[in-house]
Amino acid sequence: MAVVDPSDLFALRRRPAREKLVDQGFRQLSVLLASIVGLVLLGILLTVLGGAHQAMAAFGLRFITASDWDPIANHYGAFTAIYGTLVTSVLALFIAVPLGVGTAIFITENLIPLWIRQALGLMVELLAAIPSVVLGLWAIFVMEPFLRPLLEALHQSLGWLPFFSTNPQGPGMAPAILILVVMILPIITAISRDSLQQVPPELRQAAYGVGTTRWGAILRVILPAAVSGITGGVMLALGRAMGETMAVTMIIGNSNNFSLSLLAPGNTISSMLANQFGEADGFQVSALMYAALVLMLLTLVVNVLAQWIVRRLSLKYS
Amino acid sequence: MTTTSMPTPSHLDQAGSEFCLELENVGISYGGNEAVRGVYMQIPRGKVTAFIGPSGCGKSTVLRALNRMNDLIEGCTIKGRVIFDGQDLYAPQVDPVEVRRRIGMVFQKPNPFPKSIYENIAFGARINGYRGDMDELVERSLRKAAIWDETKDKLKESGYALSGGQQQRLCIARAIAIEPEVILMDEPCSALDPISTLKIEEMMHELKKSYTIVIVTHNMQQAVRVSDMTGFFNVTPKADGDGKVGCLEEFAATETIFNAPTQQATQDYVSGRFG
Amino acid sequence: MSFSVAPAPSAEGSSGFSRASLRFSPGLSRNRWNALFTAVAALFALCAVLPLLLVLGYVLVKGGSLISFGLLTQLPPPPGLDGGGIGNAILGTIVVTLVASLVAIPVGVGGGIYLSEYSRSGWFAQFVRFGTNVLAGVPSIICGVFVYGLIVSTRLFFGQSYSAMAGGLALAVLMLPTVIKTTDEALKLVPQELRWGAIGIGASRFVTITRITLPAAFTPIATGVVLGIARAAGETAPLIFTALFSPFWPESLFSPIATMSVLIFNFAIMPYEAQNALAWAASFVLVVMILAANLFARWLGRFARA
Repeated sequence: MAVVDPSDLFALRRRPAREKLVDQGFRQLSVLLASIVGLVLLGILLTVLGGAHQAMAAFGLRFITASDWDPIANHYGAFTAIYGTLVTSVLALFIAVPLGVGTAIFITENLIPLWIRQALGLMVELLAAIPSVVLGLWAIFVMEPFLRPLLEALHQSLGWLPFFSTNPQGPGMAPAILILVVMILPIITAISRDSLQQVPPELRQAAYGVGTTRWGAILRVILPAAVSGITGGVMLALGRAMGETMAVTMIIGNSNNFSLSLLAPGNTISSMLANQFGEADGFQVSALMYAALVLMLLTLVVNVLAQWIVRRLSLKYS
Repeated sequence: MTTTSMPTPSHLDQAGSEFCLELENVGISYGGNEAVRGVYMQIPRGKVTAFIGPSGCGKSTVLRALNRMNDLIEGCTIKGRVIFDGQDLYAPQVDPVEVRRRIGMVFQKPNPFPKSIYENIAFGARINGYRGDMDELVERSLRKAAIWDETKDKLKESGYALSGGQQQRLCIARAIAIEPEVILMDEPCSALDPISTLKIEEMMHELKKSYTIVIVTHNMQQAVRVSDMTGFFNVTPKADGDGKVGCLEEFAATETIFNAPTQQATQDYVSGRFG
Repeated sequence: MSFSVAPAPSAEGSSGFSRASLRFSPGLSRNRWNALFTAVAALFALCAVLPLLLVLGYVLVKGGSLISFGLLTQLPPPPGLDGGGIGNAILGTIVVTLVASLVAIPVGVGGGIYLSEYSRSGWFAQFVRFGTNVLAGVPSIICGVFVYGLIVSTRLFFGQSYSAMAGGLALAVLMLPTVIKTTDEALKLVPQELRWGAIGIGASRFVTITRITLPAAFTPIATGVVLGIARAAGETAPLIFTALFSPFWPESLFSPIATMSVLIFNFAIMPYEAQNALAWAASFVLVVMILAANLFARWLGRFARA
């Protein structure tokens, strides 16, 4: 019987050039695919900058401070929309943070049976899955009509404040803020819950061990330890709120007339884009691109800040 | 050639150096942190060579340098030469994948693929372009790894269905199925119970008839039981007093290392442990 | 507010601490605070899930009651007329989401493979990870603006402006970061030993990834991808000025196409009841599809752990 050299049995012991080519090619392909992220980002930046430069040359910073938006006279100032973006998202955040963090505490601490907590968690997550346009539809036909008497009462009693100085007439900033609350609640809740769950159990045991009450432990030990994750989540939610388009567009009224009143119709950058981009041409497109650039910078700053805060605070507590 | 009978690996009979692997002034660093330095070693063909030493002495690092597994660790760099088959394994034209096809490895933790027992063996053979009878190869490899009787009725079951010791023998079978010339074992028994350990040690006595084996072990009795040659690695403070670095203290026949070592450190280590 | 030790009824001994009874007393200020906080948290949790219940309730009841075979298969009526359906929009949503998936999944999985398998900490990998996070934070309407500027206004595809293809690409930009992150994280969960096992018997990187690592990470990747697709299917903002809308059946990938999300937007703000009803019906179909995908992804995830 012939003795067989293993190299005869294993035809590929010496790798053929083809196999090496596939191996190398696959690596190159993955590098190429990974670099598409960078290309897309660059593309977005160049497209928006390129589209906006005409309006930037014409208006400069006046675009941000002026509140006239006149497609007929070709005069554009986006202050109303920028103001609307900031006010709606910040106020929505003020309402959503306590609600979201409270919910997160409620579903991570063992205050109630596990199955109820799991059901609540699942529901909040499913809420995040509902498309924004469906929430907008619901806001138009259900929430806003229900809300109007309440807002009218607010106007009656607190009308002397500039924020409630107009009579609610349907769409406006206030319903837009509330629908934004619904949209960002799931993010805040989900991230707060994850952060709370990552607090090491030893910390909690230590707190109980020195005789704190349950809420003493939550408020003084657990929440501070989870604060980096929660803050990051809040910032992400702020970014999301500023860029959120559909539900807001459908309920905010899309008015470019500036008003301090939250009961009056207003505008945000994204709803202005959604409303006008399809029908705009010429110089108006450039002005809209400029507005898009402002929105991009705002969200970019918020998102980068979010990552920075998370990194700094998690260093402090790790 | 009419039959693919049990190939007596002809490389054992090959004329040439009696040494299978030669290390010349090998030094390894992780991202600028020197782990091992100045290793000279000639690993004989067809024998079992054991690496022993305290933890952190770099014995596993050196082992992984022998088939370029360290390539997978980012920031790992190697100095010196590792000669195999007359060639420096770290020469630029060498393909690390081909190196690993000829120098197989068994790891500390059993790591079967999430595939059937049969496929665990056949996978490696197939990517090595095996042209013979696959069923026969699977049976032969499992037999050599002394696990055929336990698995012959459930070759289609997942490799994860086996116990830890069986999984490790499956991994050994997987390594020998591709007929490497050398098998590197990185503490193959550290995660196993004594009975599984015994089975693997018995198997190694069989395997060394066909292969060169290099084994890292933290268990000195095991080194005595299975190896012909032993290398004792030690940690020494760096000359500049900045941290510690591993080095090869002594390399000799196992008997010599355990009964009449020339170095005091070796003497201390082997006797201290036996106490 | 105070969580201090209970008010001392009598200071006894020399320890400086009071010795109160061990019996639970609900009237104690710390226990009152506890009960109050628990109640507030419960109220907040209720407020958080209330919108879901209300929205789901309205969509299921109001939209579900309209569903019929005709509605699912017919074209929408001209403004002012009754009847009709959302057949073209259902088909359009499927087409546009499919285009997006066919682009975003290979690119995203490939990028994730690069991050996890080839370079975990090189400068390029760091840059790609940072870029992925930035892209994930880009508002969806900006994706629409980007594709409008790149494809629609330049008439890049056969001289066509608005098209299903453009809409699909806008959604793909939106999905891309999700798919990359999912793949990256799923591959990182694959034990390193499994990779070594394959490399140690002479498998190339390509074989290790395609035959061992990727199959081992299949379920978490699939879960994330399904969630990404579900999210994309409900997106509207990137579509309104890329895919636009069409009252007709889709003609080709390079002409405007109706989608359910844009249909809801357009029809919700029309002053016709028939159109408003179709918006509710489309919401029903969309929500059912998306919730089904979410529950499927959850099941997939649980299935993998078992």
